[in-house]
Amino acid sequence: MLAVLLGLALSLANSSSGLRAKPQTASNTQVTPQSSPAGPSNPARTASVNQPAVFPLQAAPRAGLKIVVLDPAHGGTDLGARGTEGIRESEVVLQFTAQIKRALEEQGFQVILTREGNDNPSFDDRSARANAQRGAVFITLHIASTGLSGTVRTYVMPDPPPSNDTTGLIPWDRAQAPFVGLSHKLGDMVQAELAQRFKGSPDTALVAPVRQLRTTAAPAIAVEISSVSVEDRAELDRMIPGVAEAIAHGVVAFRPSYVLPVMPGTSSGVQP
Amino acid sequence: MSPRAKVWLAGGLLAAVIAAALYFPALRRQVNRAKQLTEQTAEQARRELLPPAPVTSGDPKVKAKMFWGSPAEDGSLVPVTVELPLSSDPVLRAKQILNTLLAGPVDAEARTLPPDAALLAFYILPDGTAVADFSEALATSIPSGIQSEELAVDSITRTLEANVPQVQRLKILIHGQEVDTLAGHLDLTQTFQVSMKEAGSPPARAPFGVSAITAPIERAIEKVKRATKH
Repeated sequence: MLAVLLGLALSLANSSSGLRAKPQTASNTQVTPQSSPAGPSNPARTASVNQPAVFPLQAAPRAGLKIVVLDPAHGGTDLGARGTEGIRESEVVLQFTAQIKRALEEQGFQVILTREGNDNPSFDDRSARANAQRGAVFITLHIASTGLSGTVRTYVMPDPPPSNDTTGLIPWDRAQAPFVGLSHKLGDMVQAELAQRFKGSPDTALVAPVRQLRTTAAPAIAVEISSVSVEDRAELDRMIPGVAEAIAHGVVAFRPSYVLPVMPGTSSGVQP
Repeated sequence: MSPRAKVWLAGGLLAAVIAAALYFPALRRQVNRAKQLTEQTAEQARRELLPPAPVTSGDPKVKAKMFWGSPAEDGSLVPVTVELPLSSDPVLRAKQILNTLLAGPVDAEARTLPPDAALLAFYILPDGTAVADFSEALATSIPSGIQSEELAVDSITRTLEANVPQVQRLKILIHGQEVDTLAGHLDLTQTFQVSMKEAGSPPARAPFGVSAITAPIERAIEKVKRATKH
C-alpha cells in the first residue's frame, strides 16, 4: 500500500503556529514525535523507514470554531460525475461553494477553499488545508450521478474500532479517528437543516467510508447533492441558495457543541 | 475563368462547407461510439478469457439471497431470493454468488454493479478475510458518487454475508491492484466488514481503521498480481 508517510502534529496546545505540517508522499520518511523545547506545536521530526506516520495528540486547549474549510470535489482532468446534458460535477460544485462561502462568512466564519479554479489537489492536500488550522471544520461537496433529484445527503465516516494504544499516536492515514463523534454531530445538524429544505432527503447523516474524510483531522462531513442527471441544469441552480443556507445554519448550530476530542492521556475534552 | 464558372465554384465550395458542418457532429458521434465499442470489446475479451465459476450438475439448487437496488431508487438495497446451484466449497460458492450479482437482476434499473464488470479472482484467507479482484470496469463504468459507490460495495458485502458465512471481511482489488477509491469517493484501501457476528455492526459500515493491510492480505494481493500477469 502506498501510504502517506509524512504526518503532522495535532497541536492543540496554546500556540500561535497551530498545525503546519503538510502531508507528503514520501516513501521512505516517517514522522516520529519527540519532546521539544518549543512544545507540542513544534514536534521534532526524524526520518526512519517503513513505519506508519504518526502524530502526537496533546491535551486540548480552549479553541472555538472559527474556520470552515470548503472542498469543491474533483477538478482539473477529474470531471467527477457527468450528466447527459453536459453537466459536470467539477464545475457545478464551484458554483455551490461560492454561495456557501458567502453564507458562512455572513455568519462570521473564516472560509478557506481547497481549490478556487479548475485544478485538482490530491486528497491529502485537501485534508491538509483543514489539518493546518485550529478550530476548523471540513466540508467536502459533491454532486451525485444517482439519487432522487432535488435531495441532499450528508455522509460521515464510520466509528473507528476501539484502540488499545496508550501512546497517543495516531497514524496520519487515520487522522479522522478522534473526530468521528464530532463529525457525526456536525453531520446530523447539517442534515437536519437540509431535510427541512429538500423533501425526500434523510433526516440524519449517513455513514460511509468516504476517502476524503479519512485523512482529515477535524470534524468533517461530505455533502452530496442529487444529481447531475437532472434534465435541466436550472434544477440544480435552484438548489444552491437552500444548500448554502442549510450548511451555514447547521455549522452555526454545531458551534456550541464544538468540543475538542478526548485525547489519550487526558481525562476529558475541553469546551471552547 | 468566366464569371459564371466562378459563381459555380463559389456555390460548390459553400455547399461543401455546409455539408461538412452538418456531417461533423454525426462523425463525432460515430467516433465516440466506435471508441466505446472498442473498450467494451476489450472488456468482453478479458471476460471471455476468464474461466467461469464452475457449476457442476451435482451442486444442489438452493435459495440464495441477492441484494440489489430498491425500485424506489432511494439508495437502499432489497433482498431478492433466487434459486441457484451452489457449491459447498466457500470459494466456489462465493464466485457463483458474485457472478450472479454481477449478471444483475431482471430489472436493469435495480443493478448495483456495472454490466461489463467481471470477477477476476476470489480467495478466502484462513482468518476469514476474502480478497475479491474485479476487472477495471467496476471502477470505470460505475456511476460516480458516494451513494452509487457505497451501494455497489454494500450489495457485495451483504450478498456475501447472506450466502457465504465463512467470509468475515472483504478486501476489494481492481485488476489485481489495491486502489485508493472505487470511483473517486469510496475508500478501498481498507477491508470491509462482512459478517455482523464479528463486528456487531452492519456490514460495509465499519471499514474505517478495521485493519491496515495485513501480511496475509498482502500475500494474497501478490498472488492475485501474479495470476493477473500470467
